[in-house]
Amino acid sequence: MAKSKNPKEAIEDLGKGIVKDIMKGKQPELEVPVRSLSNVEFNKKSGTLELGNKMSQRQFFNVAHAKKFLQTIEIAKVTKDLLAVGKHASLRDVFYMVKRTIPNTKTDIVEEQTESDKAIEDLELLTEFSREQLNINANKMGSVAGKVVVEDAGDTIDWSRLGSGGWSIPSNVENIKFKKVDADYVIYMEKAAVWERLHEDKFWQKNNCIIMSSQGQTTRGIRRLLQRLSDEHKLPIYILTDADPYGYYIYSVLKFGSINLAHMSQTMTLTNARFLGITMDDIEKYGLQKHFIKFKDVDVVRLKQISEYEWFKNNKHWQRQFKMMKGYGAKAEIQALSARGISFISDKYLPEKIKNKDFLD
Amino acid sequence: MAQTTLNNDTKTTSQPIAHELAKKQKEVSVAEFFERNRHLLGFDNKRKALLTVVKEAVDNSLDACEEARIMPEIIVEIVEMGNDRFRVIIEDNGPGIVKKQIPNIFAKLLYGSKFHTMKQARGQQGIGISAAVLYSQLTTGRPTKIKSKISPKDPAHIYELRIDTSTNSPEIIKEEETIWNNKDHGVRIEMDVEATYQKGDQGVDAYVKQTAIVNPHATFIYTNPKAEQMIYPRASEHLPKEPMAIKPHPYGVELGILLKMVKQTEKRTLQAFLTEEFSRVGPGTAKEICENSSLDPRMKPEQLEHPHVEKLMEGIKKTKIIAPSTDCIVPIGEELLEKGLRKEVPAEFYCSVTRPPEVYRGIPFVIEVAVAYGGTQPGDQPARILRFANRVPLLYQMSACASNKAIIQTDWRRYGMSQSNGALPVGPMTLVVHLASVWPPFTSEAKEAIAHYPEIIKEMKLALQEAGRQLGSYVNKKRRVADQQQRINIFENYIPEVAAALADITGEKKEIITAAMRKMLEKNKEFIMRNQAQVQEVDSEGPSLGKSYEDDDEDVKEDGKE
Repeated sequence: MAKSKNPKEAIEDLGKGIVKDIMKGKQPELEVPVRSLSNVEFNKKSGTLELGNKMSQRQFFNVAHAKKFLQTIEIAKVTKDLLAVGKHASLRDVFYMVKRTIPNTKTDIVEEQTESDKAIEDLELLTEFSREQLNINANKMGSVAGKVVVEDAGDTIDWSRLGSGGWSIPSNVENIKFKKVDADYVIYMEKAAVWERLHEDKFWQKNNCIIMSSQGQTTRGIRRLLQRLSDEHKLPIYILTDADPYGYYIYSVLKFGSINLAHMSQTMTLTNARFLGITMDDIEKYGLQKHFIKFKDVDVVRLKQISEYEWFKNNKHWQRQFKMMKGYGAKAEIQALSARGISFISDKYLPEKIKNKDFLD
Repeated sequence: MAQTTLNNDTKTTSQPIAHELAKKQKEVSVAEFFERNRHLLGFDNKRKALLTVVKEAVDNSLDACEEARIMPEIIVEIVEMGNDRFRVIIEDNGPGIVKKQIPNIFAKLLYGSKFHTMKQARGQQGIGISAAVLYSQLTTGRPTKIKSKISPKDPAHIYELRIDTSTNSPEIIKEEETIWNNKDHGVRIEMDVEATYQKGDQGVDAYVKQTAIVNPHATFIYTNPKAEQMIYPRASEHLPKEPMAIKPHPYGVELGILLKMVKQTEKRTLQAFLTEEFSRVGPGTAKEICENSSLDPRMKPEQLEHPHVEKLMEGIKKTKIIAPSTDCIVPIGEELLEKGLRKEVPAEFYCSVTRPPEVYRGIPFVIEVAVAYGGTQPGDQPARILRFANRVPLLYQMSACASNKAIIQTDWRRYGMSQSNGALPVGPMTLVVHLASVWPPFTSEAKEAIAHYPEIIKEMKLALQEAGRQLGSYVNKKRRVADQQQRINIFENYIPEVAAALADITGEKKEIITAAMRKMLEKNKEFIMRNQAQVQEVDSEGPSLGKSYEDDDEDVKEDGKE
């Protein structure tokens, strides 16, 4: 489909196309790229995951597809209404806007939010507009602090003067304007508790950097904000996560993209991101082995999966980490550093690592 | 033994002392016998007593009607008298009983015509109805009232009877001639008993209903103690073929019976005894039996002593004898059994199977099975099992019955039912298992459960499997049709939704889109309904979609999940 000028038009074009088919007696169908491992490729040149060419058809007159077809069309309708009145809705809102029982049946149009979330992704692919552009937002989840001044929705916000909570990152950061950016690098951390520690210690002030975190999940807004800081202000991005397969996976998604959002790789991935810690070497260096948490079965499986990712397969530094972790059969949290003192992380660990350029690529 | 002391047809009148002794023994014997054996006779508790009284009378009525080739019409009425007392009234249109015989039949234990014959019948021992009379008398003290008429020309007779328990002989309280209007012939019994009435699977209600199922040639009019009247009209105008009496087959006799037969026979030689008192034994076979038992065919039977008879048993076992003739068995028949079930169990699918006759221990038998599936029967409970022997419902001792074992050992999952290991199938289904035989083997005298003979269980399983296959193909077909309909329904219900959304997006009229989509569905209905392959192809895409979900799982972490 040729790219439409704006999201509203895109949805209308989509609807008109289907109605045209129906009037011609042609099977109404939606064609979306397959979003599974089998249709995702790692582009070595760009260093990101990209969607392949495999398409899957959602035909209405097909028992297996009918419901998905209906869900996608319903989402399109809700989105069009949102765009028409210029309001934003969260993923959860949209779920409830779509959820209702189909007359004469016992089924709901969507039973769980995963279904409406999926349909929203379909719509992104069909219209080639991101869900933020379609006025659908995820919840705000992250905090940021640093010597940065931005303009958002007409307000000027100074990230260095927002008290103990910092600025909470909106889900759509597309329209934010950077007025002033005074920082040498950005640290993104998996744990909000660690962010609070660093913020309390005024780490960003002492080290001239930006600190950013979310509640475990890296939302699109955060990823986009990180990307903009990286692209527009050429700031290095450092990632700080737990020393576990899950933490390493967060890094992987940030840097290389994910299967689910492979279609948005260009606007999402941080090809320049570097992994700061916690590495297995850190644990040995600071003698944190006694704070290990033993692996569960799922960790073992996860580790194996990650170690086989194409972008990690030939990376000997990462393979070394994986091997060490496997050898210990255990993981550790960032907070394990607190065993060496409450401000050990901000006074010693981070400054040393950054000074020595001790990170993984 | 109770039976021999009871029997006052003693031939040894020439021995006064023994005779005297025998008389003394009788003075206590009848009542005592009853007291000791009430559980064997079906009077173990008040609830069962009511059932047994009705059952004995109805069994007799049906046997009598069939023997006289009359289409049975039986009225059963139970009236609650208060204080755990019930008046039971059974009336039939049978041949009636001649005046002289009435007292003996009803008020003398072990008097009857069926005791020694090998013939398929409901009653066997001539003990049932007189035991009921005795029970009535012991619990309420009241006599039993009998009315009988043998033809339109004859007057009817009324008797009020008791059993003299000291002599096991009838005691006539009242006897009179009367007019019985609107009745050509028949018998009416009225007795008061101490009992408990309960509805449910083991009560009189269930008994009458089930009896109606396996006796589709009979009409029943039943009024229960709650004054609810139920009429079970006949479904067939043909009486079952009359069963023939057969002589015992050598394989079926036990040592005790053989000893008795040897003593009682009037035949002069062993050869003649074997050929004439048994079925399927010709001169050649008889000779072979004698050879195999090392006995002289010319021996006089009465000379055979215990060791000889044992040798004879051995000889019989060693000799190859053809199976007994099976034309003495009268099954209900597939068609009639289904008819009977159809009229009493509302369902959507019926089938029935009558197996060819088989033999256990030299005794011929036939297994019949019927299934009623669906309708309003509960689908989440074990199937209802109705068991019968010679057209008599078996309401107790289900788990001890051979039929129970056969049903459990049949794999019902194959036929679309659910079933856990070692349990009854679960589904909206009634299962009928009927055993017809000249001598149904029961686990006890109470005639409640069929004994576990491997031959019988095997036949039952074969019959159940045959019926199961028919059931399975119906259930599958039904499922298929339901699937197809569901498929159509999906589209029919989704169309308005999709049309409404599309109308909203494009500004096109909803009605126009709906109509166009309906037209497409109509055009493709055939295709959607018929083309199973197409749909399966679609289904096979399910796993790949599923896989993509699995892959997506990996990314759960990344997106806002509020």
